[in-house]
Amino acid sequence: MASLIINISLVGFMLVIALMILSSRRLFAVIVMSGAYSLISAAMFINLDAVDVAFTEAAVGAGFTTVLFMAAMAWLPAEEKRRETPRIFPLLICLVVGALLMWGVSYLPALGDPNAAPHQYVAPRYLAESYDKWHIPNAVTMVLASYRGFDTLGEVVVIFTGGLGVLLILTGKRRVRTDKEDES
Amino acid sequence: MKHNPILRVTSKILFAPIMLYGFYVQFHGDFGPGGGFQAGVIIAAALILYGLIFGLYSLKQVAPPPVVHALMGVGVLIFGGVGVVGLVLGGEFLNYSVLLADAAKGQHWGILLVEFGVGTTVASTILGLFMAFAGFVKEAP
Repeated sequence: MASLIINISLVGFMLVIALMILSSRRLFAVIVMSGAYSLISAAMFINLDAVDVAFTEAAVGAGFTTVLFMAAMAWLPAEEKRRETPRIFPLLICLVVGALLMWGVSYLPALGDPNAAPHQYVAPRYLAESYDKWHIPNAVTMVLASYRGFDTLGEVVVIFTGGLGVLLILTGKRRVRTDKEDES
Repeated sequence: MKHNPILRVTSKILFAPIMLYGFYVQFHGDFGPGGGFQAGVIIAAALILYGLIFGLYSLKQVAPPPVVHALMGVGVLIFGGVGVVGLVLGGEFLNYSVLLADAAKGQHWGILLVEFGVGTTVASTILGLFMAFAGFVKEAP
């Protein structure tokens, strides 16, 4: 019951922040509010007992992304341009996709249901072996690093490649624009 | 922001605990919540805080970009290397049980090393991205 009340108030906060982001036109305010949105979703992950995910969300979503957005802001005007005609079609797509997602969620098994299909296949073996056989109390780390080590290696390579790509774009030699090119 | 005494003193006090917490999450990953990814972002966050307050130049003296860029690859190599060592010692790729005579101890050490590789790559990638972005912004129109 307590967790339900906390969840409802957290979702309420997130909705309010999302509406404020939509209505605000000042980029700085939008960036700060999206940081707050991430922080609240981190609190939500803690409520779901996913402390690892909450760490990452708080550090990357609320911290690092906000800093990157601030850096990008230096290249942008401070206020969003006002649009005269409201866009109906994107709004329609958002509503339809949202409704489809809500419909899909209703078919998901209940949170933490031990009889759900994904918890029947290999998860019981992982949970049983992790502590009794390998003496590692945190089953999440055991699964990520050992049972699913190959996937994690792939993830690390993805992070490495992504970082490499961005670094090549940002720190590579840039063409200096000369006056001649401006004229043509 | 170097000239604001409140920010300067607060960040100096906070820097060491954030770093320590990052290493705690890194090396305690198999006992409590956390692991390489989380530790990497926390350690990078501490260094980014330092860079935000004391400027990009000071940050580059603490963490020289060539070293940071090299560490990105080193982390992947540590992870892959542990897998290859398992292969050489007669197990499958990324099978940590063969690393030591005792299979459970092998798993412990394998996970610790692999998580260390993950943490190295994540921390250095995020730090490298921050430095690249901050350096890019300096030339903003």
